[in-house]
Amino acid sequence: MLTIRNLRGGYGRIEVLHGVSLSVRPGEVVALVGANGAGKSTLLKAVSGLLPQWTGEILFEGRELSGRKPPEIVSMGVGLVPEGRWIFPPLSVLDNLRLGAYLRLRRGDKQGVEEELQRVYELFPILAERRNQPAGTLSGGEQQMLAIGRALMTRPRLLLLDEPTTGLAPLLVEKIFQIIARLRDEGLTFLLVEQNAQGALALADRGYVLETGRMVLQGRARDLLEDQEVKRAYLGRDYKEFVEGRA
Amino acid sequence: MTGKNRVWATAAFAGVIAVASVTVSNAYHQQLLTIIGIHTLLALGLNMLMGYAGQISLGHAAFYGLGAYGTGILTTHYGWSPWAAFPVVLTAAGWLAYVIGRPTLKLSGYYLAMGTLGLGIIAHVIFREWDSMTGGASGMVGIPPLQVGGTVLSLGRSGMILVWVTVLTAFFLCSRLVDSRIGRALRALGDSQGAAAACGIDTGRLKAVIFSFSAVLAALAGFLYAHLVGFISPSSFDFLMSIRMVTMVVIGGMASIWGSLFGASVITMLPEWLHVFSDYEMTVYGLVLMVVMIFLPQGLTRGMLDAVERVRREG
Repeated sequence: MLTIRNLRGGYGRIEVLHGVSLSVRPGEVVALVGANGAGKSTLLKAVSGLLPQWTGEILFEGRELSGRKPPEIVSMGVGLVPEGRWIFPPLSVLDNLRLGAYLRLRRGDKQGVEEELQRVYELFPILAERRNQPAGTLSGGEQQMLAIGRALMTRPRLLLLDEPTTGLAPLLVEKIFQIIARLRDEGLTFLLVEQNAQGALALADRGYVLETGRMVLQGRARDLLEDQEVKRAYLGRDYKEFVEGRA
Repeated sequence: MTGKNRVWATAAFAGVIAVASVTVSNAYHQQLLTIIGIHTLLALGLNMLMGYAGQISLGHAAFYGLGAYGTGILTTHYGWSPWAAFPVVLTAAGWLAYVIGRPTLKLSGYYLAMGTLGLGIIAHVIFREWDSMTGGASGMVGIPPLQVGGTVLSLGRSGMILVWVTVLTAFFLCSRLVDSRIGRALRALGDSQGAAAACGIDTGRLKAVIFSFSAVLAALAGFLYAHLVGFISPSSFDFLMSIRMVTMVVIGGMASIWGSLFGASVITMLPEWLHVFSDYEMTVYGLVLMVVMIFLPQGLTRGMLDAVERVRREG
């Protein structure tokens, strides 16, 4: 579904990604984990068209994404939930969601958008309750749900999630992961970027480990979760003691 | 403001205009109201750009002047009917803005402000120096008045009514625009470009479109000014005018349609009220602006609404 080959890119003269390859198959949740500054977000930006310059190849459903602008990529079926929740605080929850449907409303698909809205409300009942509240008044977890809901309104086939659980309480992290699992079961494909490697790999089918702009490991998520190297590097050096000490 | 409130407010506004158009018979007051109306159109257009798209134009007087000089030249030198010149100058302003806006608005940041600053200065030089067409520094005289049927619309009651009906129409259009899909996208844009792009909004294009829209409103104001006053000179369309327009928007309140009306009224009336200070007029003028900005940083409209709210809660 998504194929990335030898992707190089960055900001100005600073290259962040030094030739990265990755693939996502339909119906999968693929986790991309790595430490701060590894280039995870940069990779998502390149896919969604927000990174101005990169080389290599990115194919979505066989079509080259190079040179395409974000609106076009969104309309092809790639949704992005940006890092840091990037919602529009002064706008109401409903307006935020409607913005996700911007391109479809332009085509006049009012009814489809209304159905999608009901689906999002059903996934996140709290958003229905707060639909007329300014989005800035929501809690962190609710804002994350809104960001996901807004991305769903673009009706993506592939959803890129950038650190959806950062800064959330454990209970909410659990909830967000449950929602992702449910959407996967309904047929949506995910590329999930996380610093919370353990949680992401537990949920994912396959995983990639990115380190300072290079892919260092890849494989079945289950295997990566067991991998000593991953544990040491990304789950914390004292992971074992930490967990078992508490258990 | 909710939809229902907005309908009432617009209806009330229409009522006030209707009453004023019958009762105001002092020629000076009619003239003043006409100018306020024209300034409101200018502020309204610029407010759509500043308040909603978060961009500043420092050369909006260029579009105002393009409307005025465009129709002035076409009607006096080429003998066009004003109604034939009308769509031509508005389209020209819209296109010019789009052409300037498209490359500069692709970039985030205030490139548009720099671009328009240059445009405003160039336009002013053209108005002043192109003697054969614009009359140079002494201006253009004898611009024909507008006529509807057999009625001549000129400075006075008829002109005042024409301007305010135009303002009312523009208000209606802008409030519809703000509530639409485009308006939502504009507010999103002012908030965060990246997130807006992630929603599938072509941010560069949308900003250029709204800039173009604001230029058309400015040209419309210029068109009305030229035909109602019958005389135009470069000093009405200089850099200071561009700055006054920005001031109207900021004083009235950004992202507020009614703010444009208040801002335009205050900035137009203030010099009239301050005549009593004679030599110190400009000092007091500056002082008033500073006080407003310090105590009502969100502009008069928001500031007054907040004050009313506070009184209501405490009373």
